[in-house]
Amino acid sequence: MDTHVHDRRRFLALAAGAAAAPLLTACGAGFGGNDDKSDGSAADDVTGSFDWKREKGTTVKALLNKHPYTDALIADLKSFTEKTGIKVEYDVFPEDNYFDKLTVDLSSGRASYDVFMLGAYMVWQYGPPNWLEDLGPWMRNSSATGAEWDQADFFPNLLQADQWSLKAGAPLGQGGQYALPWGWETNVVAYNTELFRKLGVKPAETFDELTELAGTIKRKAPGAGFDGMYGIAVRGSRSWATIHPGFMTMYARNGLKDFTVDGGKLTPAMNSPEAVAFTEDWARMVKQGGPPSWTSYTWYQCSSDLGAKKAGMLFDADTAAYFQAVKGASPASGKIAFHPGPKGPGGSLATNMWIWSLGLNAKSKKKSASWLFLQWATGKEHLRRSAITHNHIDPVRKSVADDAAYKDKMRHLPGFLETFETVVDQTKIQFTPQAQFFDATTSWAAALQEIYGGKAAKPVLDGLADDLAGKVG
Amino acid sequence: MRLALRPYLLIVPALLLTCGILYPFGLGLYYTLFDFSASKPQPDMVRFENYTAVFTQEAFWNSAWVTVLYAVGAALTETVLGVAVALLLHRSSLLGRILEKILILPLMIAPVIAAIIWKLMLQPSVGVVNHLLRPFGLGGVQWTDTPTGALLSSIAVDVWVYTPFVAILALAGLRSLPTSPFEAAAVDGAGWWYTFRRLTLPMLWPYVLVAVIFRFMDSLKVFDIIYALTEGGPGDSTVVLQIRAYLEAIRFQRYSFGISYTIVLWAVVYLAAMVLVKHLGKIQRKAAEVTT
Repeated sequence: MDTHVHDRRRFLALAAGAAAAPLLTACGAGFGGNDDKSDGSAADDVTGSFDWKREKGTTVKALLNKHPYTDALIADLKSFTEKTGIKVEYDVFPEDNYFDKLTVDLSSGRASYDVFMLGAYMVWQYGPPNWLEDLGPWMRNSSATGAEWDQADFFPNLLQADQWSLKAGAPLGQGGQYALPWGWETNVVAYNTELFRKLGVKPAETFDELTELAGTIKRKAPGAGFDGMYGIAVRGSRSWATIHPGFMTMYARNGLKDFTVDGGKLTPAMNSPEAVAFTEDWARMVKQGGPPSWTSYTWYQCSSDLGAKKAGMLFDADTAAYFQAVKGASPASGKIAFHPGPKGPGGSLATNMWIWSLGLNAKSKKKSASWLFLQWATGKEHLRRSAITHNHIDPVRKSVADDAAYKDKMRHLPGFLETFETVVDQTKIQFTPQAQFFDATTSWAAALQEIYGGKAAKPVLDGLADDLAGKVG
Repeated sequence: MRLALRPYLLIVPALLLTCGILYPFGLGLYYTLFDFSASKPQPDMVRFENYTAVFTQEAFWNSAWVTVLYAVGAALTETVLGVAVALLLHRSSLLGRILEKILILPLMIAPVIAAIIWKLMLQPSVGVVNHLLRPFGLGGVQWTDTPTGALLSSIAVDVWVYTPFVAILALAGLRSLPTSPFEAAAVDGAGWWYTFRRLTLPMLWPYVLVAVIFRFMDSLKVFDIIYALTEGGPGDSTVVLQIRAYLEAIRFQRYSFGISYTIVLWAVVYLAAMVLVKHLGKIQRKAAEVTT
């Protein structure tokens, strides 16, 4: 009996040791996924003449965000498979979960997805840990890249926005090409023409006018037959996405910076006296003429409120208004016009942009086939077809923007092309590139909510700047 | 030989389960000793610096306070309402049986879905709640736009989802109580309140406390309801510890720091559970005395 007990104890000790072994192995093995990266690019392995059929029979896995641009891509995938013999399997997630899914997937070090959608800001987060393939060597290799892809046809600022040296504060347009621009958005004001005509008002040319106009609409629109309508739809959820459209555009037009960069050191600047004054003004505008329950507002709500005639104006991506403006898309379709929005004090139309880009997983085992997919998806043929027959607007390629059929399609939207052409030269990423972008902008959105809730702007923004000073560098 | 092996084979499932729990826990604990983040995939050992950083962060204390407010508010309200509902259901027969079936419905909905449904219902301009309140002049309430409103709304959704759980537990307890003490009390002419205070409640306490333990521990760990309803806002007003840990580890990719938050949360939940379970033992003994 005694022996039995003894044996049992020994067995348990051995079992515990066996269970601990993987733990100890993990401790010794280090962190994250495997680290077997080589210095040379896989692009160097592609030799000979360019051939679309080189990877025939391969299947590429794509992670996509639910978006009209994605719908256009999926609708055209058959032509890619016909052209290359490559099949594309894809998962589509709504934007609320999309980036968390992508982040977790990339950080796992596995290659569950070969290609994926990302924004230029994500390059700042995914680039430093080497999760993104540098596409520069692929673009430069004529065996891997067909002549018709025509790199010079991209708007240069868009291509540069996905290029970074991975150093905090360093300007974009240097270093690796970590993604390719695929579709983009410029942030402008869209408004309900029927309402404006009834109220006898015109789009605002200054920020003060915009605040005044938003308040006027909220007060007078119900009396003009627009029951429950408020002045201006802007995002307000506790998310980085709240900062980058209208807020950052107007912030930049006022000549304001998120950080100052001195010798590679970043100092938060969102608590400068001018930035504090602007933030107070923005919160006042939202209070006077913004949506009820603003703190939960994402672009989906902003866009649908404009379409449902719940918002008189929208200060957000031009595409967010476009998707409501197209014929039959919403009760307000046919009654939505576009305007560049208020100018800054010196007449500045500096505009922040968002670029839906396509990236390649650095851990992918099918890089050659994935590169063919990226080439096709950002190529002239597919983008032209998507812009003309679907809603893939705001072309990243000059040839598509200049295409007569595209212009004909967009011409019926009052002010769309004029607005686009007015702001395009001053549209760029207005943020300072740095890896803590999401922490900084999420905290910034939380600060904005507190100021909207009645807290004094100065101490809130000072607290934000203090907190961020220790994190960015 | 087969008989000698049997005890070892019998413990294999438990052993596997234990390892399945301990392995990730141990690994997580180990990671908190490093400065592991996306920007530092080959980190240095920093020992307990992550914990020091957590405890010296103002954000941590704000989150800890919000978490305690939420957990106490939710668990207390659910217990009071749950016991009240159980007492009502226990008294009426046919209606009780019908209501019992309906009562369980919120528990069949995933909390995150419940939060999304409530988010729509609480929407100030098109939500049904303000629509119903409009005739009383209260149609303009911005439920989740103020810090207090957001916290109370989150607790309300939690209460909506989990009060049935407490009610069902309490009802099961009520139905299992011996009838003789109540019959004796009735013969002695004891009133409802006296019987409830002196008999029902003391005997029911073990069941109620089990519900409190479950709900308090679950509420300390809440994520889904608050995240779907408010995302932690406005400001930091509803950023509970789980949300803070999620933001640090997943959104901002400071893995070690994020795990440190969860380890601290685990310690809090563990201690709270230990205290409550110890208390449960005492209460069970007292309840047994009342019964006898």
